[in-house]
Amino acid sequence: MRDTPLSNCDRLFLLKAIEEKKRLDGRQTYDYRNIKITFGTDYGCCIVELGKTRVLCQVSCELVPPKDSRPTEGIMFFNLELSPMASPAFEPNRQSELLVLLNRQLERCLRNSKCIDTESLCVVSGEKVWQIRVDIHVLNHDGNLMDAASIAAISALSHFRRPDVAIQGRDVTVGSYLLVDPCEREERVKDGLLVIAMNKHQEICSIQSSGGIMLLKDQVLRCSKIASIKVSEITELINKALENDKKIRKEGGKFGFAESMPKERITTLKRDKAPVEMTDVKETANDIVNRTETTTEVASVPSPVLVATGTAQVGEGIVNSWGLDEDEEDEPLTEDRKTDEVMIISDSEEEEVVILNEEAHFTTLLLRMRVYPDARRLTGTSSAFPTVERARP
Amino acid sequence: MAGLELLSDQGYRLDGRKAPELRKLQARMSVFAQADGSAYLEQGNTKALAVVYGPHETRGSRSKSLHDRAVINCQYSMATFSTAERKRRPHGDRKSSEMSLHLKQTFEAAVLTELYPRSQIDIYVKILQADGGNYSACVNAATLALVDAGIPMRDYVCACTAGFVEDTALADLCHAEESGGGTSLALALLPRSGNIALLQMDARLHQDHLNALMEAAMTACKGLSKVLDGVVRQHLEEVSVLTSE
Repeated sequence: MRDTPLSNCDRLFLLKAIEEKKRLDGRQTYDYRNIKITFGTDYGCCIVELGKTRVLCQVSCELVPPKDSRPTEGIMFFNLELSPMASPAFEPNRQSELLVLLNRQLERCLRNSKCIDTESLCVVSGEKVWQIRVDIHVLNHDGNLMDAASIAAISALSHFRRPDVAIQGRDVTVGSYLLVDPCEREERVKDGLLVIAMNKHQEICSIQSSGGIMLLKDQVLRCSKIASIKVSEITELINKALENDKKIRKEGGKFGFAESMPKERITTLKRDKAPVEMTDVKETANDIVNRTETTTEVASVPSPVLVATGTAQVGEGIVNSWGLDEDEEDEPLTEDRKTDEVMIISDSEEEEVVILNEEAHFTTLLLRMRVYPDARRLTGTSSAFPTVERARP
Repeated sequence: MAGLELLSDQGYRLDGRKAPELRKLQARMSVFAQADGSAYLEQGNTKALAVVYGPHETRGSRSKSLHDRAVINCQYSMATFSTAERKRRPHGDRKSSEMSLHLKQTFEAAVLTELYPRSQIDIYVKILQADGGNYSACVNAATLALVDAGIPMRDYVCACTAGFVEDTALADLCHAEESGGGTSLALALLPRSGNIALLQMDARLHQDHLNALMEAAMTACKGLSKVLDGVVRQHLEEVSVLTSE
């Protein structure tokens, strides 16, 4: 299934909001969404939540012969999968551009930057080395997969064996406006993406710009500064999560996904607590009420036009001829007669009649909206309500 | 750094260049008669061939065409004999498809695609010999091919790599310098406006050095653009002489 395209109004709205430095979920331009890291019962398994984006990461290893060119180095293998359960736009078993991009970016920032010491994975030089396989599954896609994936990968790797320290953080530019951690809808209006991977020592592990944007040098430098701040925050978070997990394990407490997700909801259908700005609420509300009072006097509602029963038209424009045939034009007249009768019945206290009374009231409201030019027809047609006749005491 | 001294005490690199010096760049345009535009480019020992077809009607599924601009289709491949070890798959592996994607993004930023709605421009690039800076050689060759095909662009797109060794930024890395495990930054620049069309960096580098490294790469790109401009002008002279006779 192809992704439903973003409508023009939505796009304009988003861009306008970004221009005014506002974002859909109330964040500031440089804010991250909430990051939550949950470790599984096995070592090297974790779920990372970044707002509504969710990824599951599992690290596994096996002994393999090394590559001929590098006999003393272990092998790292990264595999990210975009399954259709994360988003209807992902097709199964297909190497999409996004997938290639994400996989290569992961490889580059975790393998090529040498944040993992591959030589320590050597068992017997030239014969046996560890192959570490990092499988990342996207459970729910709400933008910024790259960040979620890299946080998941590094957390799972640190959890799996002795901790290696190197953490990633990223920025994204939307047009000439800079946004950090875009959600899915923001990603759709973006002009381009700048991904910066850094470790906590302020060393850049990789940079990648994409999406056909024109960057200026100053923008890149500014992005790298923001990235370094975000990176230290995320590093701290991961370390805290790791420590927490270690402590619980040592104390023999309960751990694993089952414990950390008591609601048994793996993907969506849950809503995080959102902080609401409560200062000056009363004043603002009063202010709004005061302002609206003045406008009510000015507004003059144009009287609706009833074309046929069940249809009414308010305002200007082309006259609605929907469902209007020559014969049908006569029908409102019978209705009018009906209401007359109902009005008479309305004194009675039988239940049936009461219901009819409501109906009648409704029709009268409609009928009052138009003055019928031909008064003769009001009495002309027959077909009174038989039920009404019977209900009469 | 694998015991190799990338920068000697006298300030010379492995192949005898100084830090900011580029490798020799040679290029020819219109090397194929069949294609709409083509170019052959040598940057040191790295050799690249680029061919451009289009703009033409969108091939394949009609749904790919865009109503407001042209689609750019890139394919990057490396000849099986281009590297020291024989390559099994010339294209289609992860690295090649990533490179194709990057080339596509670079030229989407540079070509005036909005002039050709509902059409497609094909850029095929092949590396004949890989000796470092494959991406930049491809971009430079493709730029010349696009110029040869007469497709309007905002500016020349020039790409160059830069590395960082012992607090010095090295321009235009060769294979030995690239594979040494040091920092390597690839940058595609539109020289006149100073806009960066693509930026990519590998390996670790302290944040404070980023400015110096980018500066070096941008200077190198500006140098390259002069050479490319010379190539285009010379080619035009040759062609105009031929047609006037």
